[in-house]
Amino acid sequence: MIRNSSPIDRLIDLMARLPGLGPRSARRAVLHLIRKRAHLLTPLAEAMTEVAQTARECLNCGNVGTSDICPICTDEARANGLLCVVEEVADLWAMERSGTFKGRYHVLGGTLSALDNVGPEDLRIPQLLRRIGAENVTEVILALNATIDGQTTAHYIADQLEPQGIALSSLAQGVPIGGELDYLDDGTITAALNARKRL
Amino acid sequence: MSLALTHLSLSHFRSHRWAEIAVDARPVAIYGPNGAGKTNLIEAVSLFSPGRGLRRASAADMARRPQSLGWKITGDLTGPEGPQEISFVSEDGAARSITINDKSANQIALGRIARTVWLIPAMDRLWIEGAEGRRRFLDRLTLSFFPDHAQASLDYEKAMRERNRLLKDSVRDPHWYHALEKQMAHSGALLTANRQETLDRLKAAQADAETAFPAADLDLVQSEGSLPPAENDLREALAESRFRDMGAGRTLVGPHRTDLYGVFATKGVPAAECSTGEQKALLISLILSNARALAQDFGASPILLLDEVAAHLDATRRAALYGEIVALGAQAWMTGTGSELFAELGGQAQYLEVTEEAGESRVHIRD
Ligand SMILES: Nc1ncnc2c1ncn2[C@@H]1O[C@H](COP(=O)(O)OP(=O)(O)OP(=O)(O)O)[C@@H](O)[C@H]1O
Ligand SMILES: [Mg+2]
Ligand SMILES: [Zn+2]
Repeated sequence: MIRNSSPIDRLIDLMARLPGLGPRSARRAVLHLIRKRAHLLTPLAEAMTEVAQTARECLNCGNVGTSDICPICTDEARANGLLCVVEEVADLWAMERSGTFKGRYHVLGGTLSALDNVGPEDLRIPQLLRRIGAENVTEVILALNATIDGQTTAHYIADQLEPQGIALSSLAQGVPIGGELDYLDDGTITAALNARKRL
Repeated sequence: MSLALTHLSLSHFRSHRWAEIAVDARPVAIYGPNGAGKTNLIEAVSLFSPGRGLRRASAADMARRPQSLGWKITGDLTGPEGPQEISFVSEDGAARSITINDKSANQIALGRIARTVWLIPAMDRLWIEGAEGRRRFLDRLTLSFFPDHAQASLDYEKAMRERNRLLKDSVRDPHWYHALEKQMAHSGALLTANRQETLDRLKAAQADAETAFPAADLDLVQSEGSLPPAENDLREALAESRFRDMGAGRTLVGPHRTDLYGVFATKGVPAAECSTGEQKALLISLILSNARALAQDFGASPILLLDEVAAHLDATRRAALYGEIVALGAQAWMTGTGSELFAELGGQAQYLEVTEEAGESRVHIRD
């Protein structure tokens, strides 16, 4: 295919790199955007520019927002002693969508994996240990995937929190093996959270 | 009730460009000259169980050369779990994807409905070669009783590979080791329990059987030291072994080093010291015991794949083997170079002749 790098082609190429899109769907999306220039394309471009300038990770929990400390971490009502540890921001957002969890989160940014060269210092584990005391955490919920790496990470964290006398729990069975939180529906998340079991 | 494939089709699988076979639950005797495509045919059947089949080949190697585009196998399975439509597809050398009754499925699900065990000529040296082959043979039998054995093996291997990497990189974080050893101990204890339970069932089946084949006394042994069967003890053993393991750069204790030790029971002679024919007879005996035990347990004998099984047997032994297979009601797929090797089976089996024409295998149904 001949590729003269017109701005439209560039846009299609970029869109095609998005998760869930391919070249075909990217072309369709771009044509759609151009047709809806005023109602969609321009506002989208503006929103993207704004997000590009303002999006950042919460320094406390790793959530993605537009402030240094995210709204969940600044909301005093959510300092109820519960801290839910998740792998990715998408997992945090999935939990929030379900609306059942009223405590705070901690996003690790992945799982321990020696084979992939990911160690404790590459995850937000030291920060997690610091938060326990600083935020009067009484129970840590390890909402990690049921994969070997996810469970290794859960054991690793549990191992270090146990001596501190913190209650530890994990999401109930029923979370599918290797199934990421992000793919679960809200009801399933709520049920798994309510039936969480002590470690 | 027997477990049987009743319909099998192969597309671009090794030497078979296209083959379609309708069979019933009786044994299937396959004959044809060297290189015709007989083993390829039963290799396709061996994929109806978790793993990489009887040659342990990659999906890419199974694609018909020279095009090597991909392949497809479909089969209808009848058995205690009801009729199932199973298909496997490999595209561009990727591992086969599994579809069961039009839904995509994983290997564990496949293991629950299809139980397949095999003997191939390469196993003739099983008792005298390395522990790995015996362990794999034992795990194949174990898998036929415990489909979850596959998941436990995968979990154990994955955690061990992680731990081995820590050892190689001389990582010292004790919490990290502890986290991995906990998971190795959990799945590892399950592996050992499944294997031990399998040996117990084989023993019981051998004791009850009227068979022309010799019984084997079987034990799990470790290539060095002992293996604590309980999860907690295994975890402690792993923790204690860290220092030594770091020197070796790999894990030295655990069920990945388990070996199967066999003794020709009536003679009291270790299998490795038996004659070639006796060693083969011991393997056949185990396969038949496995089938008997599974018939009780699962409600059907597994599908048996016996590649060139007749080759080393005299006519009496051969007749005995066929008699026992027929009595078991097992769908045994057997290969041999000539139809005379199956003469004793007569009408109790169905016959397929495999020939090679212009670089393609052809399968003909014969009376
Ligand atoms: N991926 C492939 N594509 C095409 N042909 C293949 C492929 N893999 C193997 N073959 C060929 O298939 C042929 C038949 O092999 P197979 O092992 O099934 O023979 P066989 O009938 O069992 O013979 P024998 O009696 O010697 O055991 C061989 O000539 C081999 O080279
Ligand atoms: Mg062969
Ligand atoms: Zn935050």
